[in-house]
Amino acid sequence: MKYVDEYRNSKEAELFANAIRKSTTRPWTLMEICGGQTHSIAKYSLQDLLPETISLLHGPGCPVCVTPINLIDKAVHIAAQPNVIFCSFGDMLRVPGSKENLLTVKSKGGDLRIVYSPLDALKIAQDNPQKEVVFFAIGFETTAPANAMAIYKAKLDDINNISFLVSQVIVPPAIRSILGSSENRVQGFLAAGHVCTVMGYQEYEPISQQYRIPIVVTGFEPLDILQGIYLCVKQLEEGRAEVENQYSRSVRKEGNLSAQKIIQEVFQIVARHWRGIGEIAQSGLGLREAYAQFDAENKFPHEVHSQERSTECISGLVLQGIKKPNECQAFGKSCTPESPLGATMVSTEGACAAYYRYQSV
Amino acid sequence: MRIGQVGFGGISKEINLAYVPEAKVGNYVIVHVGFAISILNEEEAHRVFETLHELNAMDNPDLS
Repeated sequence: MKYVDEYRNSKEAELFANAIRKSTTRPWTLMEICGGQTHSIAKYSLQDLLPETISLLHGPGCPVCVTPINLIDKAVHIAAQPNVIFCSFGDMLRVPGSKENLLTVKSKGGDLRIVYSPLDALKIAQDNPQKEVVFFAIGFETTAPANAMAIYKAKLDDINNISFLVSQVIVPPAIRSILGSSENRVQGFLAAGHVCTVMGYQEYEPISQQYRIPIVVTGFEPLDILQGIYLCVKQLEEGRAEVENQYSRSVRKEGNLSAQKIIQEVFQIVARHWRGIGEIAQSGLGLREAYAQFDAENKFPHEVHSQERSTECISGLVLQGIKKPNECQAFGKSCTPESPLGATMVSTEGACAAYYRYQSV
Repeated sequence: MRIGQVGFGGISKEINLAYVPEAKVGNYVIVHVGFAISILNEEEAHRVFETLHELNAMDNPDLS
């Protein structure tokens, strides 16, 4: 068993699809939180296996998509400074800012480097002591352990020519925000398996109870997603609202405690702005006072007046599950992955990019 | 910090094992941006298939 291919078998997918069809008596609307799950759903056409009465809405779990425009503008400003090496995950380069994106800075000669891990940025800082290295620390709870460790190591090893432009967000407040909206249509959630691998799922229990909504912690392979949907539908049909763990091969109830410890050491809970959605209270992580010297916003103070360009883009509505990518006028016409109007078309985890890549229009 | 070689279907990379101190050679791990965040539990990994077999048995009682 290699824990990948086995979960992509079409015969077994059909078995789950049958079970879902049999247990469904009414229409249900579910949302998968994570962009990785959206990607799998589009890639394997999982929606086609489901009865028409089950609709899947795609959630906000795309870190690149929700990074606020003012941080993109700050990144562009910092990356353009002469003595700076700006390090980022590759997905961030095409994300539109108010005027420019990071790729424009690179084309004008900025030293912009795509890295795989924040530890790569730390190494670049050690190798270039005369330069200021800045890492764009974006992501959900899945990247928080890596970013926290890089910051922790920078302090421990006294590496002072590195700083972090932090845009870390967390899932549970976003779920509450979706459920609290008057436009909400979601009746059950597939929670993100890797987020819960880090954080566990205890935090989801009060949400499930308060809003009487099933939440199934779900993996990313086609069989995982189909089983997650099956468990969710079964709860809805039986009138239950609980937290269940489909992805038990990776997720423990308490999560990864050693990762949580470093996250706690470096970060504190702060309000964060989510692009396309707005500010959500206590929905992000920011550096604690003890690590303020590594905050790129302190090291490069700069006021930006960010403004979304006025286009047909509806990525905010897509991120909230109110609209689907192909309901946008611009989808596949004036907006493509090469020339994206919104971040949901840029990232491999974005719903628009997933639809564009895998679905015929 | 402990580092391990992790294979990704043909490509091998150095991965930080700080968050999976109990990892041993031969384990399957979930990796995010250079860090292993969990070791796959083999027993639990079979549960998806057990559920499937149960569903299948309900559909085809003669075969079970």
